[in-house]
Formats: sequence, structure tokens, C-alpha cells
Amino acid sequence: MRIIVLMKEVPDTYGERKLNLETGLAERGASEAVLDEIGERALELALTQAASLEDAEITVVSMAPETATATLRKALAMGADKLVHIADENLVGADLGLTAEVLAAAIRRTGFDLVIAGNLSTDGYGGVLPAMIAELLGVPYASALTTVDISADRVSGTREADGGVMTVAAPLPAVISITERFPAGRFPNFKGIMAAKKKPVETLTAADLEIDPEGLETPRSIMLAVSERPARSAGTKIVDEGDAGEKLAEFLIQNRLA
Amino acid sequence: MTTFPEDSILVLLETTPSGGLAKSAAGLLGAASQVGTPIALVVSASGAASNATQNAAALGAKQVLTAEPEGADARLAVPTVDALAAAADLVRPDAVLISNSIDGRDVAGRFAARTRSALAIDAVGVSRDEEGIVAHHSVYGGAYNVDCAPTFGAPVITVREGSIDVRAEAASPEGAPLDVPPSGAPAASIESFEEQAVVSTRPELRGAAKVVAGGRGLTSQEQFALVDQLADVLGAAVGASRAAVDAGWVPNSYQVGQTGISVSPQLYVALGVSGAIQHRAGMQTAKTIVAINKDPDAPIFEIADFGVVGDLFDVVPQLIASLSARKE
Repeated sequence: MRIIVLMKEVPDTYGERKLNLETGLAERGASEAVLDEIGERALELALTQAASLEDAEITVVSMAPETATATLRKALAMGADKLVHIADENLVGADLGLTAEVLAAAIRRTGFDLVIAGNLSTDGYGGVLPAMIAELLGVPYASALTTVDISADRVSGTREADGGVMTVAAPLPAVISITERFPAGRFPNFKGIMAAKKKPVETLTAADLEIDPEGLETPRSIMLAVSERPARSAGTKIVDEGDAGEKLAEFLIQNRLA
Repeated sequence: MTTFPEDSILVLLETTPSGGLAKSAAGLLGAASQVGTPIALVVSASGAASNATQNAAALGAKQVLTAEPEGADARLAVPTVDALAAAADLVRPDAVLISNSIDGRDVAGRFAARTRSALAIDAVGVSRDEEGIVAHHSVYGGAYNVDCAPTFGAPVITVREGSIDVRAEAASPEGAPLDVPPSGAPAASIESFEEQAVVSTRPELRGAAKVVAGGRGLTSQEQFALVDQLADVLGAAVGASRAAVDAGWVPNSYQVGQTGISVSPQLYVALGVSGAIQHRAGMQTAKTIVAINKDPDAPIFEIADFGVVGDLFDVVPQLIASLSARKE
């Protein structure tokens, strides 16, 4: 079974994240770059279930600048078999549509039975790429799963949707996305880190995938303006002297909030 | 054949399991009315949506298309995408608005990929300039405002729930059934569905006007009940910091923050929440922030409009008593 896990490098959410106010692009140097946690959970799921699947091969596919290789190698150290890294300067600032086309092309080129992605990245917070990729690949998509069961020709799971819980299933090949309900990714051990050095890393460009990032025939989403929101300033701060609850009630009522 | 205005905005309205319109409908139609003529599409299983045309018109839809594509309750997203594609062909809108819900994102992603439309996600507002529809976003947890537009063509925009305050004027009900040719695109099948039992009369966290959130300072699951009590007095939804979720006091679905739910309520009350960047990212666009924490250096105070340094087990009961007394 050929399993593909989509992963990405993101600025660490626990640090300060910056956008460049001229280009609108993420300042990759402004904060530590890490593997997105939800992608690590997706890989952990693949690694866990691979044990019970015949000939499971796990390939991590990522579109990221060349500098992300070091971050992405962690996925190999965790246990993925192969890395396909699409790195191309012409893809800097790619919108969702172009990103989906690139990833779908890379997935098709690699060959797949199941694509596993996180439901929402911690930086872009889009949550639409897996659906776009499924549409482009022409396969079923089961989203926002909280449990997953993979068998030789089928994937099923629980989906906590708006308003209810459903059981969903799809024949393979298929795309799924998982939520934070899944366990965090394992820490790579020494053996894993050493083994990762020998694992294959394929670096691709948009041209390798026969995609023209500058093609004008498809509409793209572009950024018109970016501005930093003025920092919130602190208001009143009181120390409780036995009547803070009453003062707070007063504040809420005065501001018509209670 | 019906004709549609030049400035039509096609709005996909979701239905609840009981057949009514989802809460997001009012905001979506409100946003659409600011930039054009709102045309609604309601997709449901055969006979499942009740009074969709009247309900959508009451919220401002000038025309309401109703579709009952085959498999609407048996296959994920694809039947709705097929309906949306048919509606877009008919209406030729200037933009397509969809709720940024789980189902909404699935539909938006597939529809944008299928029609090669520019996609803008999680917008908190829309406007129109001379070239077309612009989506306004609040990114990195509200730290930056970003405006996006397509290079050409009608954009597909998902709108953050609870972010649009504008409401459209009610329109006279005018509806038409929509014929949906199936695309044949493979979809995951829905094998069973269980409506989520309503656990309380509290508002949903996503899109709530008021939120009371608890953090590590609550110290235990039993004590977390204090958060519920204050929420009920205020008519607020209950949220939590990651620390409270990780401790197992509340389910994941309560988590406010970068990896949980982002909220922009009128009032956000943080009880025993330190205010790590990760948490602030999910709530700092709240209009008014109130914080109670015993640590005077807790970062939450840096963004609080009203901060109380004190023991929340003293302050909150007094606050509840005081608010309840005034209500009577």
C-alpha cells in the first residue's frame, strides 16, 4: 500500500510570527521553523497503521522552500520511507489553487493508494487543500476524521461534522484528513535519525511536474494589501481587595455586556 | 427562464439536521448584501429542508434556489458541489460565499478546484472595488489584516462564522428548484449519522457573542464548573485553554487558540488563563477582553480591557452573585 502523508514547514506557533509588510509573505527567518504538528499526527497515524498493512510504503510530500529540507528530514527520522520535496522559487507565494495543482501532480507522479493530511494547518488555517487535491485527483475525500481504519482496499472512520457525528467510508484510492484528536507524532530516536540519512529524498520543481506557475489562463488569488493590526493595549487592571467581583460586574453592566 | 442581476452573489446556505437553515446563514447573506444581490442556494436531501425559500428570503436572499441532488445525505460534499456548480452556471455570480465550516470548506475546496476559481478562505469581511470582490482576512491569530482578490473571475470565499455583524433586509420569497446534473465524481459515503445531542442550552462556541474560557487556574475538572456557571449567568459559550483540554477537564472541541477554534466575540472572559501566544491567537480579536488571574505578570493582562489580579475562586462567585442580584 502506497501511503502519502502531506506535511509542511510552519513558523512555530509558540513564537512570534511575522508577515513581511512589503511582500505579504511569511518571514521565514522571524521565528523557528517546525514541522506542522497536525502533519506529524498524520504521519504518526500512517506509521501506526502501516504495521498491519501489506507492503506499506510511506512517502511524505511537501511543497516548501529549499531551506526546509532540514525540517522535513525529521519526518524521515520519525519513520517515513521517502521524501518528495517540491522546491521552486517560482512557487513562492503560490495561492491555494496553484499549491493544490502542484501537490496533486506530485502525488500522481509518486503513485498513491491513500493520501493522509491534517485538517487545518497552524499557519494558513485553510483546511481546504485536501478537498482540492481530492477533486483534482478524482478520488473520494473523507474529512476531519477522529478515528481511522485502513484496510487493503478501503478506508473508514468517524467524522465529527457540524451538527453531528457520522461514520464515513471510501474505497481506495482516497484522500483523508484527520483532526487533533489523533496522538502527537513520535520523537525520532537515534536509530531513526541515522537511518534517515540513507533514505531517498526527491527534489522536484514545478517544471518537473509540468506546471507553469506563471500561467495566466487560471485565475489566482493575490494579496492586495497587508497591514499589522495595532497591538492591543492593556486597559484597567485592579488587584482584588475583596470587591473585585462587584467591580467587574459594574464594568460589564456599564458596557452592556451583562 | 429566470434572469439574475449582474451583481449577483451566490451564497451557499447550510441546513441543520432538523431541516432549518444553519446559524451562519444570516451573516453570509448580510455579507453578500454589502457587495451585490444575494442569491441563495439551499442543498438538502429530498424533502429534508423545510421552508427554505421563506427562511432564506427573511434573511435577505432575493432569490432562492433549492436543490435536492441524489445522494445528498449519503455522499460527502460532492452532491453539494454538483449543485453549486449548476447554480453558478445559471447565476453567473460575481462571487460565491460559503460558510467556513467543516462541510463548507470541503465544498469550497472541491468547487474551486473543479471550476479553477480563485479561493479565499476564512474571510472576516468582503467589499467591492472597481475590479470586483475583495476578501478581508485576519491572519496569524488576528495580528495582521490581509486583503485578497482574484486576478480575474469570480472568487470563492469562505466566511468565518460569527464575523459578520451586518444583516440584510428581508426580501419577498422567490424560489425555484434547481436541476442538478450529477458529476459522477467519486465521494466518501456516509454510512451512519448521529445528531449531536444538545448538551446544554448554551450557545455554540464558534460564532458566540460572549465566551467564558477556563485555563489551568481552575485546577480540576470539578472546579471547572465555575466556568459553566459564569457562562450561564452571562448567556455565554464555554471555551478552554489548551492546558485545560490537555488535562482532560473538557473535550477538545472547547479549545480556543491557534490549534483550536478562533473566536471574535463581543466579550471574552478568561478565567485562570495565562494567555500564551497560542491561546491569544484564537481570541485577541474579541471586542472586550476580561481576565482574572492570580499571577499579576500573566501575559493575558497585556491585552485585557479589564484585568483582575486575584483568586478566581473568590472573585468569580462574587461576580456571579452580583450579576444575578442585579438581574432580579
